[in-house]
Formats: sequence, structure tokens, C-alpha cells
Amino acid sequence: MTKYKKAYVYKGFERFWHWNQALLIFILAFTGFEIHSSYTFLGFANAVKVHNLAAWGLIILIVFAIFWHFTTGEWKQYIPTTKNLKAQAEFYLFGIFRNAPHPTKKTVISKLNPLQRLVYLGLKILFIPVMVVSGLLYMFYRYPQGNNIEIINIGNLEVIAIVHTAGAFILLSFVLVHLYLITTGHTLTSNLKAMITGWEELEEEVAEEEKKPAFPGKGEKEQG
Amino acid sequence: MNKFTKPITFFLAIVAPLLIVTLVLRQPAPDNSLLDRVRAEHPERHKSAVDHSKFEVLQKDFTNPHEITAACLSCHTGRGEELMHSAHFNWEREAFIPGRGVTYLGKKNLINNFCTGVQSNEGSCMKCHAGYGWSDTTFDFKNPYNIDCLVCHDNTGTYKKASGGSGYPVMGHNGPDFKAITASVGFPKSENCGTCHFEGGGGNNVKHGDLELALLTAGRDVDVHMGVDGMNMECVDCHTADNHVMKGRYYGVSSTNTQRLHCEDCHTSVPHTESILNEHSIKVACQTCHIPVYAKVNATKMYWDWSTATRKKDGKGYETLDKDGNVVYTSIKGDFVWEKFVKPEYLWFNGTADHHLITDKVDTTLTFIRLNTMNGEYSDRNSKIVPVKVHRGKQPYDTHNLTLIQAKLWDSEPGKGALWVDLDWEKSLEEGMKYVNLPYSGHYDFIDTRMYLPVNHMVSPKTEVVTCRECHTRTNGRLAGLTDFYMPGRDRNRFVDIAGQLMLLLSFLGAASHAALRYHAARKRNTTANH
Repeated sequence: MTKYKKAYVYKGFERFWHWNQALLIFILAFTGFEIHSSYTFLGFANAVKVHNLAAWGLIILIVFAIFWHFTTGEWKQYIPTTKNLKAQAEFYLFGIFRNAPHPTKKTVISKLNPLQRLVYLGLKILFIPVMVVSGLLYMFYRYPQGNNIEIINIGNLEVIAIVHTAGAFILLSFVLVHLYLITTGHTLTSNLKAMITGWEELEEEVAEEEKKPAFPGKGEKEQG
Repeated sequence: MNKFTKPITFFLAIVAPLLIVTLVLRQPAPDNSLLDRVRAEHPERHKSAVDHSKFEVLQKDFTNPHEITAACLSCHTGRGEELMHSAHFNWEREAFIPGRGVTYLGKKNLINNFCTGVQSNEGSCMKCHAGYGWSDTTFDFKNPYNIDCLVCHDNTGTYKKASGGSGYPVMGHNGPDFKAITASVGFPKSENCGTCHFEGGGGNNVKHGDLELALLTAGRDVDVHMGVDGMNMECVDCHTADNHVMKGRYYGVSSTNTQRLHCEDCHTSVPHTESILNEHSIKVACQTCHIPVYAKVNATKMYWDWSTATRKKDGKGYETLDKDGNVVYTSIKGDFVWEKFVKPEYLWFNGTADHHLITDKVDTTLTFIRLNTMNGEYSDRNSKIVPVKVHRGKQPYDTHNLTLIQAKLWDSEPGKGALWVDLDWEKSLEEGMKYVNLPYSGHYDFIDTRMYLPVNHMVSPKTEVVTCRECHTRTNGRLAGLTDFYMPGRDRNRFVDIAGQLMLLLSFLGAASHAALRYHAARKRNTTANH
């Protein structure tokens, strides 16, 4: 029988960042698809206003999050690894139904399983930057004419808008799956509780490995 | 000390940057100084420094209007020269049109789809000419005494030009008191401009739709500028003149991006508090949002079908009226469609226009002929979206020579080929083309034509502006016809939308079925464990 020990996994800022980002992405998606004419709720002008405000909020948050990741060294959590990748996929596809143990042990210095590492890295270096950049271009895009207004000369909004829309669909799909995967922790609610309180019950033997230097996948045993 | 570290860090790290960003992004208040000055100066009406009733040269019982002009010009030397260079007198302008070179076009020689054109009809049309005696091609444009000063400068409201009088006023017993008129001349009032610009096309609001007699008496709800319960502005408050050359263009007859009058001249190009609205002004003309509808009081003519003209009842011409009293059929002109509270159509426009000349060939494979083409497109940096009234017409053309035909409509007496007198198309077209000295094969038919008239007046109060969704909507938006650019809320990439929705659906189904399988597996495990 594996022993569990409470560990402080998610720091204060991390949780602040996570939940604010969740809220902002929800607001952005909700108002964004209203601007896209998928439905009417706030009204077009209000949707645009709220969308732009939330966008600035998210950008500020991201700036802080980047600073946090680099100053704390937490960025290393996202270094991709192929170790256990197959096992992790097999776990979600088969093992989980047999109540098999998680193939990757969660530790404070290695919170993410190899699949999470890949997906979150993709979000951080591809999908979120694409949304931020296309969003900023969308906001600061000016028709090719001067007037009294500062300009970025781009001939047409079409490409920017389509990239931004496609990115929104991808992010929303991620959120859907992400929401479901909350329930796949040690217990149904353990992941959620951890992200709210910061504390999570981790397997004891693994918690001891904290003293060793952080290498992705280091010290993790494959188990069936 | 330590207990303050957290709040201070929180303030410095989170609140302070947010404050700074908010302050930086705060939008500056629009600069209204120009508008405020206009508002302040507006009530100070110009008062003439002289009393015209004291001038000896005006103490005459005028029997000849040319003498009045001579009297005016005896003091106002040089003004005659100015007017002789203006479009109000010449009815044409020198303009360079790409593909045509330097042209001399105007009401004088252009074809339209209202009364088709002035040539051969001058006796009647020149009721709206700022001159006396333009009855045919022999009119002398170099004679300053042929100028009509009073039609614009009469401030009594009693001066009237005679119908069918080649621009001459009614004089003698039935005429007004010219002494009173000359004694009180001044800046043109809206009524003066309105005699021609409100009643162009043969009656009130026929032609423009946004220019009509009701502007003289209506409130701000009809026109914020001219509303009697508002600024009550006169036409010339905006349409200022420099040496008798007025600002403002009508692209049914004009061609170049010059001498235009812009809302921005007073309101600046950044008049809104919200910068996202100011950004619109780069590609959208003010009028597009601020004139949601035109013809707000009386109906305007939207369609004119000449092909049904000349029908007779009991051997005579007749008229049919609709319930509002608008003529919907008359034997001398054909069928009309009138509309009230009309939503404009929209075009990209860069300030230049081309015209279909009477010598141009008509392409009968087209569904309609554009009589004036307002140039512009999305990718043209000088183009903005502008509202227009589109006047659709059906008018005669020569089926052999493939040109539009100038019809002779008016004459003072029967038997001269005037359609309105004789109700005979054959003769009317023959005489009209003979007058303009162009070939006519004798074979005619009617062809669909369109004219584009920019809508610039009847600006609504800001509470009634066009809303975002009226354009930013998937279907039937106001700008549904302008398809050469991507507009958020209207346009989307079908593939991205379908693929995106499919991806969302699959994500949801994937999660749901995974959950169902887990639930099922867990129950099975529990049952096994319990046994």
C-alpha cells in the first residue's frame, strides 16, 4: 500500500495566476464568440469592450507569470520528455479503467506528467503567444491610412481574424478536456482541491526524492 | 515591519502596474475646441454694414432683370467675374478624369435618369439657373448681366423665377416688389438654396431624398444641424463660399476630390470619446453611421420608369396619386416609386467619380448602366464607406447606335416634339438628339440605369446612430453589399468554424465517453469486490 503525505504543490502566485487566467480565458472566449456573431448576450459594443479589457488583464498576468516562471525556475517543469510518454497515454486509454496507479509520480519539483508537459509547453510557447500576438494585431491593426492615429500597416484583417478564431477554438477544446482531466487525479477531487488550497497528498516515497536534483522523470518507477 | 511587507509588495507588484497601465490606456477627451468656436460664433449673424435701401442706383422701378444685375455690379465690381467662373452659373466644371482626360462636364451636358438632361429643355430647366435667358445654345456665358443675383441673395422670400421662363423672374403686375427685394439683399438663406436644391428633379425631395423643404421647419430629429429647436443652421454656415465658389460637391455631376465639404472640418477626425469609434473614421465616413435613414419627412423618388410614359385615357394624359398624394404615374413621365424613411445603400468612395456621357456606348449585356460611377474600393487608402441614395431608372436609348438618348421634354408650344406637350416618344427623341447634334437611328428602347447620390444631410441625433450590430452581423447587415474586406461579426472562415465546432464536439464527446467508461469500470470493480 502506498503511503501519502501532504505536500505544498501549488504556491500562492501560481494559484492566483491559474485561476485568474482561467477566469480571463472564460471571459475572452465568451465575449469573443459573441463578437464572432455566434450568439448575442452583452451586445456587440459591450462584448468588444469587455473582450479588450480582459485581453489587457491577461497580458499583464502573463507578463507576471513569465517573470515568476523564470525567477523561481518553475519553467523547468515544462521541459518535454519522452520518458513515460507512452505509459501515460496507455494509462489514460486503458489503465485508468482498471484503477491502475498513475505511471508518473507527481512531486513538487516535477508536477507534470509527460503528456501534461507537452500540452502545457505547447500552450505556453505556441497557442497563447499566437492568441496574444494575433489579438494585439487585431487591436492595433489600422487600415492603411494615417489620420491622427498611430498605425500598423497591414492590408487586411482577414488572416489575423481567422488565426485568432482558430486559436480560440483550440483553446476552448483544451479547456473542455482540461476540465474533465481534473477528475483523473488520485481521487475525483484531489486535483481541484490542490489547485485551490495548494496542498495535495503525494506518494510518500516520491516526496523523499525532493532532495535530489530535478531531472525530468528522475526517480520515477514504472508501475503496472 | 514584516507585516507591512506583504501589502507593500502586493501594491508594488500588482496594483501599481495596473494603475499605470490603466492611466496609459486611458483615452484622451476629444478636442472640441473647433466645434465650440463654431457654436459660439454661430448666433452672431452677419449684419450688413450698409443699408441697400439708401442706394440711389436701386431706387428704380425695374422692368428688366438684367438692369438689376447691372445695378448690383456697379458697386460689387468683380463679383460678376467671380460668378462667371462658378458652377452655379456655368453648370460645368473643368475636371481631369482618368481615361477621359480633361473634361468639361456638369448639368449642362450630362445625362441623368430623372428628366434625362437639360439640353433642348432649357426653357424649363433654367428656372434653376443663376442667370437670365438661357433658353438654348446661344446663351452668352461671358455677359455678366446675364447673372441672376437675386435668386440667391433675396432675403424677402418673395423673389420667384417664372416656370418655363428660361430663368427670368416674374415681373410686372404679378411680380414681387423689387424695391423691397433689392433693399434687403444679404447672405443666402436656406430658402434661397432650397428653391433649386430641395426641388431638383421636378418637385420637393424628388432628387436627393435628404434635401427638402421640411428642413426649413423640422426639428433636430430630422437634421441636428438645421433643426429649428437646435442650432437652426443655414446651408451657407457649412457650405461657405470663397469668391462665390461654394464648398460641397454633388457627384451626380462632379468628378474630382476637390472643394469638398467634410464633417471633420468642424468635428475633427477624432470626435468620439471611444477610440474604437474614432478608428472607424479611417474607413467609414461620418455620414454612414450618423444618417441611419433619409427622406424622414416626405418621400423621395427611388425609381423612375420612362417606358410607360405617353399612355392616354380618353385621348388625354392623366396622373395617378398614391395615398400620400405622391404622383405614382403620369403620362408625361411614366411610373414612379416613392419611399420614405429610406435606409441608404453603401459604397466605397474616394472622392472621384466618372460619368456616362451621352456619346458613350451602352453595354446592353449589363443588367444596368451606371450613369455616374463613384470610385473607390477597400484597398484604396483614400476610400471610405459612404451612404448613397441609388436612383434606379428606365430610360430611352438608341438600339442601333447604342447610346443613351437626350429626350426633348419641354416646349412652350405644341407640335415642336416636346414629350410633355405632344406625348409622342418618336418625335421627342428625334428632336432631342437633333438639338444635341448627335445621330439617332430612329430605333429606341428603354434600358435600366442607376445614379448614385451621396447622402450627406438629415444627420440624426447621436441617440439614433446606426448601431454596431447593424453592420457587424452575419446576414442582411447594412454593409452586406461591400464584400471586398473582412468585417468582424459579419465574416468568418467557414472551414475554421466547422472544424472548430467539430473539434469542440469531439472533445466533449471524448471526455463524456471516457467518463462513462470510468464510471462503468468502477461499478464493475465495486461489485466484484463486494462479492
